[in-house]
Amino acid sequence: MENPIPTPLTDWNRSHGAKMVPFAGYDMPVQYTSILAEHEHSRTKAAVFDICHMGEFLLTGPGAAEGLGKAVTHDLATLAPGKCRYGFLLNAAGGVIDDLIIYCLGVDEYMLVVNASRIQVDFEAIKSRLPAGAAFKDVSVQTAKIDLQGPLAFEVLKDRVPGDFSGLKYFNFAWTEFQGARLMVSRTGYTGELGYELFLPAEQAVALWEALVADPRVMPVGLGARDTIRLEMGYPLYGQDLDEEHTPAEAGYGWLLTSPAEYVGKGKAAALRQKLIALEIPGRRSARHGDVVLDRNGETVGVVTSASFAPSLGHAVALAYVDAAAAEANNFVVKAARTELPAVKRALPFYKNGTARKAVTG
Amino acid sequence: MQQDLLYSKTHEWARIENEIAVVGITDFAQEQLGDITFVELPAVGDTVEAGREMGSVESVKAASELYSPVSGEVIEVNDELEAAPEKVNADPFGEGWLIRVRLTEEPVGLLSPEAYEELAKSDH
Repeated sequence: MENPIPTPLTDWNRSHGAKMVPFAGYDMPVQYTSILAEHEHSRTKAAVFDICHMGEFLLTGPGAAEGLGKAVTHDLATLAPGKCRYGFLLNAAGGVIDDLIIYCLGVDEYMLVVNASRIQVDFEAIKSRLPAGAAFKDVSVQTAKIDLQGPLAFEVLKDRVPGDFSGLKYFNFAWTEFQGARLMVSRTGYTGELGYELFLPAEQAVALWEALVADPRVMPVGLGARDTIRLEMGYPLYGQDLDEEHTPAEAGYGWLLTSPAEYVGKGKAAALRQKLIALEIPGRRSARHGDVVLDRNGETVGVVTSASFAPSLGHAVALAYVDAAAAEANNFVVKAARTELPAVKRALPFYKNGTARKAVTG
Repeated sequence: MQQDLLYSKTHEWARIENEIAVVGITDFAQEQLGDITFVELPAVGDTVEAGREMGSVESVKAASELYSPVSGEVIEVNDELEAAPEKVNADPFGEGWLIRVRLTEEPVGLLSPEAYEELAKSDH
């Protein structure tokens, strides 16, 4: 395997004792101190995450809105400048090539934020669907992304970054300047907590990161805790809970498919052969990715796609694709490596005290 | 390195006094596993055998088997770990002990503190 690609923060991470792992081809911090301590801090105070590995594309020029609207599931006709929206890039069969957030920067001007593992695949797929003449650029390398998340995220942002973001609502973004560079502040995240995704030129990433971690309320948090935190919310992870074999509807996002545009995969996006269900597993023992799911009669009905002990809840949780007909049941059994774990279907999120939509007061 | 203990190649330790052994996992092992979230132990009255699986330990990111460093009958298990498995991380040689065993055989093949230290060094 080739050497993992460093992010602008890799040197900082390594020199500050982070345990590093290759993730989606990048050299990423899995934990700085302890996954449980980092999880707890993210839920109660404020955390920063090195998310520089994720991809960013820019699309500008006449016809951008119409062209992009035919490439992805996002309804761009109702996406005003200053707002962003979650959605999917589909293949012709309605399977998910990637999940991504699209930012409307202006009329016929968009930024797309995609998963690190899918940068090349996404770029080629979208480019092939755009009309000739649209300027479509991959700016992943020169763009840094730092997530500031947690109930105290607004207070930290206010004290550490110039600008007033008290009026910034969920899934809205605004611009400011940080040490002479343009900084985009997006009120979004992958934690379920109040928080911001910060985009800026790669050269300024270390300066912003150091300004944030200098705050006593802030702890750097690795991908290990990011995964337990997102799973407590039931947010899907591409490559596990989302893939080209499953439609958005199967992943639980049928309600999001409101775009009137004739986007690729539209006719198949609502197909439901399987359903991604959320399972609570009483006790601390976790299932694992790939474990088989049985119905009450012991018949195999599906497979676990994500699973972990949920630190904020004190028990294990899992996401699993099961056959659509079997998904109506409430009780399942997960065939784990050493034992069978009874599991109860739950509505998401598992963790219900997230602060993501909390009103902030400046 | 705890000097009064004997160690297994699979990173368990045993503190042996007369015919009783207290068993746990090493600091190296807990460090490698990361935050421990679940510990499965044998029950009181069970028989364990040196080198054989006796339970398992799970962390947020990994699951691995526990092997008994000694042979005998389990006379006590650390029930506290059921609700507080993090004690294995915090104090692997003390409050994070796993089981107490009445030996039925003289322990063989265990490593001295020096030999274990060498192994742990080369293991990572």
